[in-house]
Amino acid sequence: MPNKTFFAFILPSLIAMVLFIALPIVSVVVQSLYVSHEQIMVEVENCQPFGGCSTELRVDTAATAALREEQPLGRFNGLGTYVNRAHLATTELGVILSSERSIGEKWAQILNLPFYKALIFTLVYCFVVTPLAMALGFTIALAVNALPKVTKGPIIFFSLLPMIITPLIGSLILYWMLSPNGILGATIQHIFNDPTLSLRASPALTWGALLTYGVWTNAPFSFVVFYAGLQTVPGDTLESAMIDGASRWERIRYVIIPHLAPLATFVALVQLMDNFRVFEPIVGFSAEANATSLSWLIYNDLTGDSQQFGSAGATSVLTILGVVILLSPVLVRTWREFKHKAV
Amino acid sequence: MKPILMLAVSAAALALGTGSAFADCGVEAGSVRILSNDFEALRIINATAQECATDAVTVTANATAEHKEIQVPALTINPAEYSVAVVANNSIVPLLNEDLIRPLDDLVAEYGQDLLPSQLVRIDGKIMAIAFMGNGQHMFYRKDILEQAGVQPPTSYDDVLAAAAAIKEAGLMDYPLAASVKPGWDLAAEFVNSYLGTGADFFAPGSAELTIDNENGLEVLRVMRDMTAFMDPDYLTFDATEIQKEYEAGNVAIMNEWGSLGGAVLDDEGAVEGVVENTVLTAAPTIGGGSIPAAALWWDGFTIAKNISDEDAEASFRAMVHGISPEMMAANKDAATWLIAGYEPGPAAVGVIANANGGARAYPMQPYMGLLHTALSTELAEFVAGSEDAEQALADVKAAYDTAAREAGFLQ
Repeated sequence: MPNKTFFAFILPSLIAMVLFIALPIVSVVVQSLYVSHEQIMVEVENCQPFGGCSTELRVDTAATAALREEQPLGRFNGLGTYVNRAHLATTELGVILSSERSIGEKWAQILNLPFYKALIFTLVYCFVVTPLAMALGFTIALAVNALPKVTKGPIIFFSLLPMIITPLIGSLILYWMLSPNGILGATIQHIFNDPTLSLRASPALTWGALLTYGVWTNAPFSFVVFYAGLQTVPGDTLESAMIDGASRWERIRYVIIPHLAPLATFVALVQLMDNFRVFEPIVGFSAEANATSLSWLIYNDLTGDSQQFGSAGATSVLTILGVVILLSPVLVRTWREFKHKAV
Repeated sequence: MKPILMLAVSAAALALGTGSAFADCGVEAGSVRILSNDFEALRIINATAQECATDAVTVTANATAEHKEIQVPALTINPAEYSVAVVANNSIVPLLNEDLIRPLDDLVAEYGQDLLPSQLVRIDGKIMAIAFMGNGQHMFYRKDILEQAGVQPPTSYDDVLAAAAAIKEAGLMDYPLAASVKPGWDLAAEFVNSYLGTGADFFAPGSAELTIDNENGLEVLRVMRDMTAFMDPDYLTFDATEIQKEYEAGNVAIMNEWGSLGGAVLDDEGAVEGVVENTVLTAAPTIGGGSIPAAALWWDGFTIAKNISDEDAEASFRAMVHGISPEMMAANKDAATWLIAGYEPGPAAVGVIANANGGARAYPMQPYMGLLHTALSTELAEFVAGSEDAEQALADVKAAYDTAAREAGFLQ
């Protein structure tokens, strides 16, 4: 294809990508470098239905508006927002690391900082859910592939259900089932014979429930892709393996898995990205006390009684950096393979 | 006498219910666009204001729980998307900070004859909002359970804890207490309630410097933690509506709950037998030897947007005055704790009134209070979950607040 034709083909999507992906990211980066103007305050007398009148501080709106007119973006803060306590907390981290505490205490202190608390859960979720969901998806794909043709359709449909259900609804369903009055919660209490046992109370059990939910909701994606991949496994190779006396397990290990390996890289890539922005189950499970994620931090900055756009911007940029770091080994490998083939 | 009164009330209700053509709001022209929170009392007011609609006057209302998220952008544009924003102590603050609402002195002088002086919210001497109802969290308790346990109705948090221990001891209930301590807005409100009860201030006078890191803060946290020992193990997931359900299910003997939900608890729907007739609504308990109920008082009121024409402002004000008229209140006595002229509190309102009479303090209106509420909502989670000590929790709240307040320009 001549370069010109290629360019003409790709131009519409290129424009869309610049408009809807690149520019918003640039905007977020710029906003994360600024914080609000200094608020000019005046003392005024306020009267309300309860408690009568009192003298309180108020924002001098006229003076603040003038400041904004001058510098619409706010005060330039450089990387200040990135290193403050709500994000990388470099100062706090330095104090903790140089203190005379045991490693366990230091670790607990680090986990007390909101960003690191969220980061740890996000990473654990990524690295536990991704392989388990892939393994489960692969197992389902193998099982479905071995089914007779008539039953395949309905079973595929049911296997895809977790992916069809909106994540927030899915997590709410599981959350209610795990409540002490729900079928799963009551069963677990019965099995362990402990009426105070609640999956929503302890951090460890909450994490367990969130990770289980993650595997449940992510497995169908791996299943679909692996199932499609299984249809491309060459029949000749499988047959010759059988003639050579390979068992079912050996055929999977030495024929199917190597054949699907490139596909697995792709699935891992997508799933890692997906799981790094885990958010809905935390809200659905009301798990904020025990588990937070980077996306939840952004949400928390943008809702509630006060919005902090600079802080949300900084967390967003750090999330993007996290995704890049997470994916870099896979990307580097793919790039090497590509170059290897090209040569 | 009584049937005649009944007839009069229902006739008034019928007249209100039947429609627009007869409601005389005196509005000649203009567009009224109301943005409000979404609960029963506000829906009634919105519907009453909509009676003012004529061929020349349009009245629309959007009642949504997300009103706080959209009010600032919606009122910033010119002309504003909404001409009326129904707010409370906390949600008026962003509108004031951004200068998005107009002073109402002229409109009150001209059309506000029915309003009581106590309904006028004055900021810097100017009327910025018209309050029409009060709200707040207060104590609901089961007198039958307390009697069986042989304890007097509690008036302080220490009494509450002692009563809970006695109820548990007597084997009447496993988890006699409930409070909305779900991390997030609810948990922070719970702390604010109790801290107000100590009589101390959140901020140093004349500055945005946080001053909760003291013995009052520690006392509040001690009480909050002690209470959790008598709560359902799932207390971290309980918000205000959830504890209402637990209470109506007969699982709870004493709870702190919103006055605006009192009517829903006392109605004959949803509660198991024995709950409704034994429920007593009263002021919130005192804390730390204090003498005032440990609860914030809230008002709900309406404001008029700045970025609209004077004609729309006038139409909006008159429609809302009609919406909160004494006639509306007379027809909906039990829907809220009204601040409107001629109101006599019904059974569901006694708790909020008791809070107010006991000298409870209003939820603070400082411009940086929202930042503190957000800091409390996340940083107290680990403490109330039991995995952090009180000193650390208060230090975390201060650190989180300072970070946010510096970014927002309130602190240097």
